[in-house]
Formats: sequence, C-alpha cells, structure tokens
Amino acid sequence: MEKFEKFSGVAAPMPLVNIDTDMIIPKQYLKTIKRSGLGVSAFAEMRYDDEGNENPDFVLNKPAYRESQIIVAGDNFGCGSSREHAPWALADFGIKVVVSTSFADIFYNNCFKNGMLPIVMPQEVVDVLMKDAEKGQNARIEVDLEAQTVTTSEGESFSFEIDPFRKHCLLEGLDDIGLTLEKAASIDTFEGQIAQSRPWV
Amino acid sequence: MSPKTLYDKIWDAHVVHQAEDGTCLLYIDRHLVHEVTSPQAFEGLRMSGRKVRAPERTIAVPDHNVPTTPGRDDPETMPEDSRIQVAALDKNARDFGVNYYPVSDIRQGIVHIVGPENGWTLPGMTVVCGDSHTATHGAFGALAHGIGTSEVEHVLATQTLIQSKSKNMKVEITGKLAPGVTAKDVVLTIIGHTGTGGGTGYVIEYCGEAIRSLSMEGRMTICNMAIEGGARAGLIAPDQTTFDYVKGRTHAPKGAQWEAAMDWWKTLYSDDDAHWDKVVTIRGEDIAPTVTWGTSPEDALPVTAEVPAPESFKGGKVEAAKRSLDYMGLAPGQKLTDIEIDTVFIGSCTNGRIEDLRAAAEVLKGRKIKEGMRAMIVPGSGLVRAQAEEEGLAEIFTEAGFEWRLAGCSMCLAMNPDQLAPGERCAATSNRNFEGRQGRGGRTHLMSPAMAAAAAITGRITDIREFTAAEAV
Repeated sequence: MEKFEKFSGVAAPMPLVNIDTDMIIPKQYLKTIKRSGLGVSAFAEMRYDDEGNENPDFVLNKPAYRESQIIVAGDNFGCGSSREHAPWALADFGIKVVVSTSFADIFYNNCFKNGMLPIVMPQEVVDVLMKDAEKGQNARIEVDLEAQTVTTSEGESFSFEIDPFRKHCLLEGLDDIGLTLEKAASIDTFEGQIAQSRPWV
Repeated sequence: MSPKTLYDKIWDAHVVHQAEDGTCLLYIDRHLVHEVTSPQAFEGLRMSGRKVRAPERTIAVPDHNVPTTPGRDDPETMPEDSRIQVAALDKNARDFGVNYYPVSDIRQGIVHIVGPENGWTLPGMTVVCGDSHTATHGAFGALAHGIGTSEVEHVLATQTLIQSKSKNMKVEITGKLAPGVTAKDVVLTIIGHTGTGGGTGYVIEYCGEAIRSLSMEGRMTICNMAIEGGARAGLIAPDQTTFDYVKGRTHAPKGAQWEAAMDWWKTLYSDDDAHWDKVVTIRGEDIAPTVTWGTSPEDALPVTAEVPAPESFKGGKVEAAKRSLDYMGLAPGQKLTDIEIDTVFIGSCTNGRIEDLRAAAEVLKGRKIKEGMRAMIVPGSGLVRAQAEEEGLAEIFTEAGFEWRLAGCSMCLAMNPDQLAPGERCAATSNRNFEGRQGRGGRTHLMSPAMAAAAAITGRITDIREFTAAEAV
C-alpha cells in the first residue's frame, strides 16, 4: 500500500446525508473479480444517464471537480452494504480523503485498507469545509495526517482524531496481514487453548 | 469480577492479543464466504503464496449472483460476468479446501440462512462474512458482523481480525406484540426510531419480553437489520429457544460436547448491573405493522400513516426526504395504503426462512394475486424450499400466481436477472430500499412477508390487520 502523504486537493461538496454504498458503486459493477478500474463507475447512477452520458449537474462531472481528491459529505457516509468496491471505486477515481460528521462502520474500516483516510469532524467544521469545497478549483484543502489537521483555502485549520495504530499503518503504508502474521505464535497458542476449552468450535 | 454485557463476554473469550492502544486481535470461529466479495481476497492469497489458515472453519456458498430460475445448473443461464464469479468461487473453494455448497447442492442458499441451518452458527461464536447482513447470526448470541474484502483476506490468512471494541447499546422491546405485528415490523420500527446512524459505533443487544417471545427465525430477522441501524452487530442472548433450534443440526456439537457447550452457552447473557452506553426502550404494544416510504430503512412508518412532508424533518434530512419522495414518485399527505404496487418480492436473508414462507402462505391460501402483478417467492435455501414443498406451501404460492424460485439473494440486490425496471414499485421483504437497489429507477417498500403477500392480492400497500379482519367477516 502507498504511504499516505500530506497533500492539498480539490474537495467535492456532497451534502446529501446517508450516501450509501449502493450509490457509491451500484451492484452491476460488483461482478468484477479485480480491485482496479472501478473509478469510472463511482456514483454511476447519479453520474450518468440511462444512455451512459454524463449528467452535467452531478458534482464530479463539473469541470471544477473532475480532479477531486477529497469529498466533503453529509452525515452517515458509506452506510449499507459491506462492499469494498465502494472505497476501491473512490480510490480509483482519485479520492484520498472523505470528511463527514459520521461514517458507517464497515466503510470506515474499508477505507484504511485502501490507503484512504476518512475524517470525522463536528457539524460546524463540516459546514465550513463544505463552503470551502463549493469554491471548486479555486480552493484547495490541505490534509496533513501526521499533524492530524485539515486546512481550508483560507488558512483556517482544524484538527481531527484518529486511532494511532491506523494512523501509523496509513503513514507507513503497512499491510495488515503481514503485521498480524508476526503474531502467529499467539494465534497458535490461542487455537491450542480453545481446542481444550471449546472443542466443539 | 466486574459485570459484563453479552458482547463483553464473547469479545473477551476471543482476544488473541491486545495492543497497548487497546486494539485487539480477535479470533474468528466461523468465516462465511460468497462469490461477490471473495475473489479479490483469494487472489491476494495466491499472489502472496498464503494458505487458508483454518479451512475447516470456512464455509463458502454462491448466493448473490446465481439465477433463481429452474435450469440454472446450466451455466449458460448466467450472464458471463456472473458465471465467471461463480466459477471463481468453485475453483477457490476447491483449491483452498474450504467447506463448500455449490449451486447443485440442496443445502445451497443465502449464506446467512445456510450457516444457521446447518449448525455452523452457534452461541458465543465470532462469525464474519464479506456481507453486511452477517449481523443475522447475532440471533444465536454470536458476535457476527460484515467485513470488507481486505478483511476477508485477513481472516482467510490468519483466522483473526484486527478490531477495536464497540460500545454497548441495549434495545429493549417490552411487553407483547399485537396481532399482525411480526419481527420485521419490530426491526423497522426500531430503525425508524434510532435512524440509520443511531447504532454507529455500537453493538446492539436486543432484549425484552417481545424479543424473547420470538422464534429463531424472527430473531434472525431482527439481528439481520442491525446493520441498517448502523450497528456493527446485533445480539440476542441464547435461551431454550436457541438451544432447541441448534440441537441436532449437522455441525452442532453432540453428546458430551453438547453438554460442555451448554454449560458455557448458559452463561452467555448480560449481567444485571452491566454498563450500557446507550439504551432505547420501545413498548411492544405500540408497534404497528410497518412499511417504508422513502429510500432509507429509517423511512419507516406505521402502515396507517401518510407520506410525510420533507419539512417535517431537520438538517440534511430535509433535502434527503425531498430527493426520496421525488425518486419514489410520492407526495406528502398521501396515505401509505393508497400506494399501488406492481411487483412483490418475498425472500432474502431478512425474510426467506420457512416461517416467513408460512406467513405468506397463510395470506395467499385460496387467493389469487392481482391481475398484472409480478410476484415471486425466493426461498432462502434449498432446504427451505424442500420443506415448503413438503408442507404444501409451494402449491399455495403457485396457485395464487406467484413464481416459485430456487434459492438465492435474487431481487434483494438484483445482481442476478431479477430486477425492477425504472418506475416499477415493489413490496419487498428484503432489507434495503436504497435508490436503485432492486434495479435502476425501481421503487422499494420494505415490509413483512404477510404484508407483501396481502399487497400482491390487493395491488396496493395493505394493512394486514384489516385484511385478516375482512377475511373473518
């Protein structure tokens, strides 16, 4: 996984609440057996009409937002299905950060596995960032994971909380499985114990 | 010893390793796998030369993509991309040696119905699957939740998951449920009350007399939709109802092991003075037959209600409700029972079990669906299907005009050919009414199997209590 580095980018405002993973990547795109190539299908049903033409009103189709690297979203982003195709599609589009007041649990976890950073901010901060995002290309929002800050184009800075282990893994681009396999001896021991205490498992 | 919740107890029994920051490596007892969220995980194993650590604890079954029409053993009945995915699962299951129920096996079905039915799901276990409705298994007092594909790969390789602990939430349904009110109405009412984000960060334990009185099938319906309330998992403490269901199933313990298991299972309840971070209490008597009107499961109201005005909501929900009504083609003030339906789908991991089929059959017996109605019943597994045929339910369905399908997820997420066309309106027993969920432009109203069956007959959303009262006259 690539290391997550400090960057500044265009943020797309998506104020709708409860943006679910069916919206982020509709089911017809789940038939792939690969992880890559889903960016073109992100938000497909909002982004394209029935004939596959771009819907000019959809934010990511507007000239100012075609290169967005950040999404500022309404509450409860990523609810619904566990499909990791949702963060795969966003990452493939070029999104590195999503900011919202809240995220659905599975989506939140899935982001970290793909080098993406979901940032939880209080409503008033999301409101400020949403306004900044509405400026389009003229505003670049800076995200610094090391310092745990998000800075608007006006220079207003907000700090955010993140689990230290997750931060470490993102910054270093670490692979979870490799880390866990370092504890293989503990897993062996545990399996030995349950073979005695819960042999029916 | 400090008092614990049921969640605390199961968690503590599965911690392999705890890091200084509290992050835990949790052991996974059962890993369920299906064709849509697993191919990239198996590919990851191949690329890194890793094996499945515990194939005996891993159970694979194709369900999301498979056609549910007769003759599906012929791969030609499947669109090519679906066929590739199912073929990939066949190969992965074989190559990595995991338990497998192929399409041709009578035990094939929706993964969350197959697990409990065959005794794979047991109280006190940790159960994961690359599917958010894994919460279903919580009905057994098992800690069960959905995971993404990277985590599927992690569990395949290590039989563990890196987890931080959620908070404890108690949802108590007191008293008795009124006639006509089912588990589906209870869970839709809970989500209507708490919202789809109300459970975020929590594991919910459902308790109270009304929950205790439910069968295992009903309890699975409740826990299944815990995710729709945002919770990581839903739990119901195991009791005699649970033990009676589990006993004798193929992979349930037998003999002395059964006794030992029971000794532990009987300790799996929340201590009286356990700490709850959040408590919600709803009177069972206050719950009415419930349907959804919008495009979020939280858009749930008693069937006697009217479509709400977007202005009656607060914050971002005002815009969301406007968008929902536009998508659903509904106007504020419209009575829910005036909404006309053209499609009925009975099935899914929420309501595709034998009890759900019995409830639908009771309504459909001796009746015909409305002319022009497209109606299908998709049993949750081949075993459910066989039982329904044995009980004579299948005959009732086909005589009423329903299509009687083979097992699979079908129109719940419409990955197979069963889809809604734009503007079609469906009474569905599934779990999500999201935009486009059942097909682009399709409109979904969630409800119980009995209500969906009644809607098939009347052609509109129907209050099951009035329906049965009219029947009695």
